[in-house]
Amino acid sequence: MSSLFRYLLKNYGFFLFFSLEIISFVFIFSNNSYQRAKYLNSASQFIGSIYETYSSVTNYFNLSKVNSRLAAENARLRSNFKLRPSDNDVIPDSKTFTFIPYDSGYFKFVSAKVVNNSVNKPYNYIVLNKGGKDGIKTDQGIISADGIVGMVTNVTDNYSLGLSVLNQHWSVSSKIKKSNFFCSLYWDGKDYRYANLMEVPFHVSLQLGDTIVTSGYSSIFPEGVLIGTIESFEQLQGENYYDVRVKLSVDFKTITYVEIVENKNTTEINQLEKLIQE
Amino acid sequence: MTHSIIKYGIIFFSMVLIQVLILNQIQFSGFVNPFIYILFVMLLPLTIPKYLLLPLAFLLGLTIDVFSDSLGIHAAATTFIAYLRPVIIGAISSRDKENNNYPGLKQNSIQWFMLYTVAMVFFHHMVLFFLEIFSFSGLFYTILKIIVSSVFSIFVIVLSQYIIFRD
Repeated sequence: MSSLFRYLLKNYGFFLFFSLEIISFVFIFSNNSYQRAKYLNSASQFIGSIYETYSSVTNYFNLSKVNSRLAAENARLRSNFKLRPSDNDVIPDSKTFTFIPYDSGYFKFVSAKVVNNSVNKPYNYIVLNKGGKDGIKTDQGIISADGIVGMVTNVTDNYSLGLSVLNQHWSVSSKIKKSNFFCSLYWDGKDYRYANLMEVPFHVSLQLGDTIVTSGYSSIFPEGVLIGTIESFEQLQGENYYDVRVKLSVDFKTITYVEIVENKNTTEINQLEKLIQE
Repeated sequence: MTHSIIKYGIIFFSMVLIQVLILNQIQFSGFVNPFIYILFVMLLPLTIPKYLLLPLAFLLGLTIDVFSDSLGIHAAATTFIAYLRPVIIGAISSRDKENNNYPGLKQNSIQWFMLYTVAMVFFHHMVLFFLEIFSFSGLFYTILKIIVSSVFSIFVIVLSQYIIFRD
């Protein structure tokens, strides 16, 4: 027994190393799904506030870009508004823009600022400066003026953490706007400007520049929010599906202001879906 | 003693802040991400016992993890190179010349410090990127990422020795 203790004591460095590595791996594996650790993430109070202070400085460098983007969105919304001054219930002309109007009753939008964001990891996350106090809950969609951005996964009082489209743990339910063909969009972890469409069969007619929008099959996003346009597609040898590359409409590197989407009917929809599962 | 605790405390926090607020935001072409925070582990005194070295490295990695939402990955990689550090130092030092306690550039020859940096950075980045992607598919892409990011990290670490850590 005493020789065992002596052995352990002599090699304590290795055992210390080994146990620390085990702890790290437990962290890694318990975090493998998109639902991240509850406390040790950048939406926490302390780290969120550091990122917010930092972004309040660096955001000045983007101001002109943000300005022109907001002006463009304003113009687009105004032209939509003038087209039909009276009716609130109709979905706006799908040619000009793709949002359901704010007062349609199904969706509520909360504006938020991006305080931290990355594009160069296989699993990218985005931190926003709105949290539980502003009515944000998990599984709400994040969109910007240019299109879809991500989905909220963790919420604290003042901050929320979400996965962006640039995260391989997630794929977006989408459709080709022209043909209404449903498919899902995923990111391959390489270039932050492009994503791919999964399982588009050969009989679907595709054209370069076709618009890809959200399908509305999930309760997270309104139907018809812009995702991107088809950059290229090809038939690979021995494959049954097209290899479709989509240019994302959002520039994830310069993204600053976003809106968080709340579907007011989520609980009802979830209840119905639970019935089916039972 | 107190002097070195304060000194290494400052290095620890400045390394974390430089890493998460500057280098993690560079994101060249979504490809290059230098990690220079391991300079803290590299600069710890050579006589530091393992029961301090390993937990300190683990703590540093975990701090970076919490900031970058990658819990466990940096902690594993940093603990790994901390454990490897005495082996690397033993391999690249000549046996007869053993006089100083601080593994900086000024206290050692440029060849010694380059070898030390290359070995530490390469092993760290290798563990880090493979844990991050967690598969051997796209092996070439991962290796390319490791090499490009390593070159960048080594450059910044050696440069920092000329600019900041001159004493």
